[in-house]
Amino acid sequence: MIADALAAKRIAITGATGFLGTALVERLLRSVPDCELVLLVRPGRRTDVNRRVQREILRNDAFERLRAAWGSDFDEICSRRITAVSGDVSVDSLGLSPGDLELLCGCDVIIHAAASVSFDSPLDASIETNLLGPNRLLDACQSQGATPHFIAVSTCYVAGNRRGSAAEVFLADTPFSMDVDWRAEVSAARRTRADLDAASRSPERLRRFHRDAREELGPAGLPLLAAKTEQLRREWVDAEMITAGRSRATSLGWPDVYTYSKALGEQALVELQGDVPISIVRPSIIESAFAEPSPGWIRGFRMAEPLFVSFAKGELDTFPGYPEGIIDVIPVDMVAAAIIAVAARGPVPEPEIFQVASGAVNPLRFKVLTETTMQWFQDHPVYDAKGHPTASTQWNYAGASGLEEQLDRAMSLFNTAEKVVHRLPMRGRNDFTIRLAQRRAGLEQIRDYVLLYGAYGKCEALYEIDRTTELWESLPAADRERFGFDPRVIDWATYIADVHLPTVIAQARVKTTPQPRTGPSRNERLRAAVLDPARHFAAFDLENTLIASNVVETYAWLATRRLDTPQRVRFALRTLAETPGLWRRDRRDRTDFLRYFYRRYRGAPVGQLDADSAEMLSHLFLTKAFPAGLRRVREHRAAGHRTVLITGALELAVQPLAPLFDHIIAARIDSREGRYTGEMIDVPPTGEVRAQMMVDWAAEEGLDLAQGVAYADAASDMPMLEAVGYPVAVNPETRLVTIADKRGWLCENWERSPGGPRPLLPIAPPFRVRANTDRLDRTHRSRRARAAGSLR
Amino acid sequence: MTARKGLVLEVDRTTPPILFHHGEGLRLEKLPVGSRVVYPNEPLDPVRDPERAIAEALANPLGDRDPLAAYMQPGMKLTIAFDDLSLPLPPMAAPDIRGRIIEQVLDMAAAAGVDDVELIAALALHRRMTEAELRHAVGDRVYDAFAPHGQLYNFDAEDPDALTHLGTTDAGEEVVISKRAAESDLLVYVNINLVSMDGGHKSVATGLSPYTALRHHHNVHTMLHSTSFMDPESSELHTRNWRQGRLLAEAGVKVFQIETTLNNNEFPSPYDFLKRREWEMTPRDRMMLMGTKTALDLMSRRQARRIFQGIRAPYGLTSVQAGEVEAVHRQTLENVYRQHLVRVEGQTDVMTMGLPYICPYNVNSIMNPILVACLGLGYFFNLYRGKPLVRRGGVVIMTHPTPWEFHPVHHPSYIDFFEEVLADTTDPEVIEHRYEKRYAEDEWYRHLYRTSYAYHGVHPFYMWYWCAHALEHLGGVIIVGGDKAATQRMGFRSASTMNDALEMATDVVGRDPSITHFHNPPMLMADVV
Repeated sequence: MIADALAAKRIAITGATGFLGTALVERLLRSVPDCELVLLVRPGRRTDVNRRVQREILRNDAFERLRAAWGSDFDEICSRRITAVSGDVSVDSLGLSPGDLELLCGCDVIIHAAASVSFDSPLDASIETNLLGPNRLLDACQSQGATPHFIAVSTCYVAGNRRGSAAEVFLADTPFSMDVDWRAEVSAARRTRADLDAASRSPERLRRFHRDAREELGPAGLPLLAAKTEQLRREWVDAEMITAGRSRATSLGWPDVYTYSKALGEQALVELQGDVPISIVRPSIIESAFAEPSPGWIRGFRMAEPLFVSFAKGELDTFPGYPEGIIDVIPVDMVAAAIIAVAARGPVPEPEIFQVASGAVNPLRFKVLTETTMQWFQDHPVYDAKGHPTASTQWNYAGASGLEEQLDRAMSLFNTAEKVVHRLPMRGRNDFTIRLAQRRAGLEQIRDYVLLYGAYGKCEALYEIDRTTELWESLPAADRERFGFDPRVIDWATYIADVHLPTVIAQARVKTTPQPRTGPSRNERLRAAVLDPARHFAAFDLENTLIASNVVETYAWLATRRLDTPQRVRFALRTLAETPGLWRRDRRDRTDFLRYFYRRYRGAPVGQLDADSAEMLSHLFLTKAFPAGLRRVREHRAAGHRTVLITGALELAVQPLAPLFDHIIAARIDSREGRYTGEMIDVPPTGEVRAQMMVDWAAEEGLDLAQGVAYADAASDMPMLEAVGYPVAVNPETRLVTIADKRGWLCENWERSPGGPRPLLPIAPPFRVRANTDRLDRTHRSRRARAAGSLR
Repeated sequence: MTARKGLVLEVDRTTPPILFHHGEGLRLEKLPVGSRVVYPNEPLDPVRDPERAIAEALANPLGDRDPLAAYMQPGMKLTIAFDDLSLPLPPMAAPDIRGRIIEQVLDMAAAAGVDDVELIAALALHRRMTEAELRHAVGDRVYDAFAPHGQLYNFDAEDPDALTHLGTTDAGEEVVISKRAAESDLLVYVNINLVSMDGGHKSVATGLSPYTALRHHHNVHTMLHSTSFMDPESSELHTRNWRQGRLLAEAGVKVFQIETTLNNNEFPSPYDFLKRREWEMTPRDRMMLMGTKTALDLMSRRQARRIFQGIRAPYGLTSVQAGEVEAVHRQTLENVYRQHLVRVEGQTDVMTMGLPYICPYNVNSIMNPILVACLGLGYFFNLYRGKPLVRRGGVVIMTHPTPWEFHPVHHPSYIDFFEEVLADTTDPEVIEHRYEKRYAEDEWYRHLYRTSYAYHGVHPFYMWYWCAHALEHLGGVIIVGGDKAATQRMGFRSASTMNDALEMATDVVGRDPSITHFHNPPMLMADVV
């Protein structure tokens, strides 16, 4: 009996937070009552391992059955039977404390289920985890002189891209064996990383990263640009490492870096085994549970699910594969049961391989998969946000490569479109930009899945399970009842329709009932949150956030206020001619632009400009204001929040807006003897300076940034938006639209008052009083004189 | 030639389509046979020599007043207040009658050696007038002589230092007016009595008063008890305003009231066809009508608005009278009624009206949806004496595109009223109770009213209260051609054609309703018997 064989045994598990790992923990706790578990868990950035075990393993719905059975004892039993140790298989000596190392190696069985299952990890990341991970565990045991039964979870697909039967033997023992030295692969991978890192630091590349960062953020200020540049550099290295991994794997005949590193891992394990007895379990594609802990239980998306969901939503109508092709799927509970059975049977001196797969004995054909899926979605259509069922059409088959090309073409189209859109002078949370970004992301995901899936689809190997079947048949009836891993019992159509798809759909959170949305929409909820009395303050950008205007227009208005018509025409022409240069300067560096531009105010009389700016409130600001924005400022005040305006515009120009705000942070220019000098008194509030000024102000006033709301329109305002707890993107640039949508920020589209005046040029109406003053006085005097004369 | 009287036409099969104003556009509607059309009186003959008429009025005052010249003393404090740009509609072709009168008053003052003269645009809670608008009202000469020295300015109802509290009436109405006006030895008020609602004590006691005084009659209760506010005899609005005006007099404010009446010659050439009765149109009129209509249909609303807002009416002065307020106003009203009243027998189930591009509050501006409602249900509906032209429970059908458009400078509080208040409720009483105070005392609106060109924060409320009598009286309101969202926001229904609207109206008033079209402008007032 399995339960007896493992009773009182201490079993170590790596990768317990994964899909298979969670299934193993649950199954062992439930079905092997007397075993103890040691879980090697990587500490989170901020969470310790016990917390991770609680949150990521025990709270998973896999444990619902156990919680029901054990009731209030659940926590006590778990804490008694589970010990979590903090470690990481991808670092040398596992990062374990000496005590934990002893505990781990003192286990009777080690089930190594930790893996980098991502099919497109960077080359070295896969190597570190999948190849060197088991080595390190083995090493640890040997260093402690321990010889636990080491069960490594591998994958059937280590057999590589080939057709025909693949037996449960080591690669080295097959005719297809290739003489690959895993040590050379390791050092090559590490060298590749170092080379690419060096390459990424070349002046040309750094310039390019800098340019791209600027492209993405606009004139955002040095610190932000520097951070973005470095991020782009790292991303570039990682991307190159992914490509390197994929190329290396395919060059050796594996579909991807995952199988490549797993295969080398097996090879290394056997080579370094020493006294440690080894068993290798190779599952095929692990999918949702057949029966245990509950039918359909699944953790995260596996492989084909995104394709199903895309199909159901009507986004994809072509399936990568051939109708008669076989997809080798195995339910997770069967894999877990097989591993436990291997553990119970105990170690053997020579390493053994158990394949857990369905293809050889009970193949699932694409045709069955797709037809069942289509039928299921016809019975359970997916409803879109408006409550309309989406039409799921007939699914076509395409050889994976055809579909790849199709998707690649679509991707490049999207990329081009996005680039074009980002350069357009478009603003606001337009559906188009968001849809574009979403569709692009969706497409990217689908393409990735198709790429991977296609590779597996092309792999027409049949995985023999003779040894596994033998093990199954050796089990007593009671164990067979409890630990089923015979794939022959699966009726695929039932499994797909009744077990698999319902949970996939639940996980994907797509609606299969025609309920219209009830309750407030996302924007309504977010809006209520920013206006909640608990907030402390609201900071507003001015240009394009509250007013569709800019410093150039302000200047033009003020400058033309006292000019006569010919002077106005000359001014307008001169300014128009200058515009491209100003625009370029502004894009390069906002602060520099403002310094350059504000010099024009040199010599302007202080009193006159102040009077004119009061008039400009009506003619320029209010005419170009977003009424909803002004209303929002006042709603914040009504809610008891402090309001602050932070703008690169001149203080003298924004002074008429003072009644809206508790505080105004604006650019200030110096004056001497009643005239402006055009020199700035301090650094103008732009980019990161703006964020800093807001932070300083909040600190001075004792306001909590986490309770702050910030409104801005440009990607260069990111520091300001990120500094507060409640960022709001107003009429965002396309770049910001995408960011805001991804991060779930409130997005407001504020427009100018419909029907309002739309002056072509920001030029002040003629100023008549002054020009006429002298004449007026004469008129007045003459009236008095005339009257006096008539009296005499 | 004496002007022909207005008439009520019964539509038969030979009646041509009726011309409806439709904002910055026109409609031609074939009304069902049996419908009635109420046509205005033709413009009365104007006085021959306005300058002489003014001089005579100033020299021969009515009621308890001496000739104006007798009041002019050296060293006295003289204030001249005048109606703001809400009158007349459309604005008058230059020279504006206000300027002509003010010139004569100033000449008298100059002759008497009066130095301390100030001129105030009596705009109450309306927006400040711009330089150009003031120049048009008073004339360049007056403007240039006084404005640069700060002696010609807009009334500021939110300047606490410039207001005087004169007391409270027996009924509890506070009386607060411009300090300068109150402290003057003589307050000359120059009025244009376009409709019967204007003038009398409403000139000073409203035009130079702040919110604290106006709220006693600009409220829902008063409007529900003014049937109609165009008929001072039956108007609670006027009763209360008169009490305030009498208290003013008792408090020693010496008002010399100068009131003028105009004929309804509201459209200059080439828009003469707008004054014609359809069946009397000449081929030239028809051509102009069709050409104008087609052109308006083709151009953008912005362009059309510019054209319409440029119209200056060639009004003729029909009377000018001066002296003590009440005596003057009695005569003024007679002159107004002489031009406007048209006798109509019996009420109607359905009243139709074509709303033009202008109302008192969108001169050089945009007629936003609230103003559309106010023009139709406030002004036009109330242009009756006796009983409303439409029966209780009846339906008003008005034509206007009612676009969701607002002037951001002139009507900021309207925008918020529309977005916030009307989105919550359209019930005037609830609105008054729930929102009025907040808008009236809002700092930002106050700032805009005082320094920019914005109507006061509370002004949109008054527009809605102006509709209160109609809203309470009517069974339904349909706007033909009205923007669906904007119309719905106000609780009305929109119809794309007049036929649809008439069909919709039968839901409320039953089959085969009586229909009466109120063919205004040119200005008309229904004397319903």
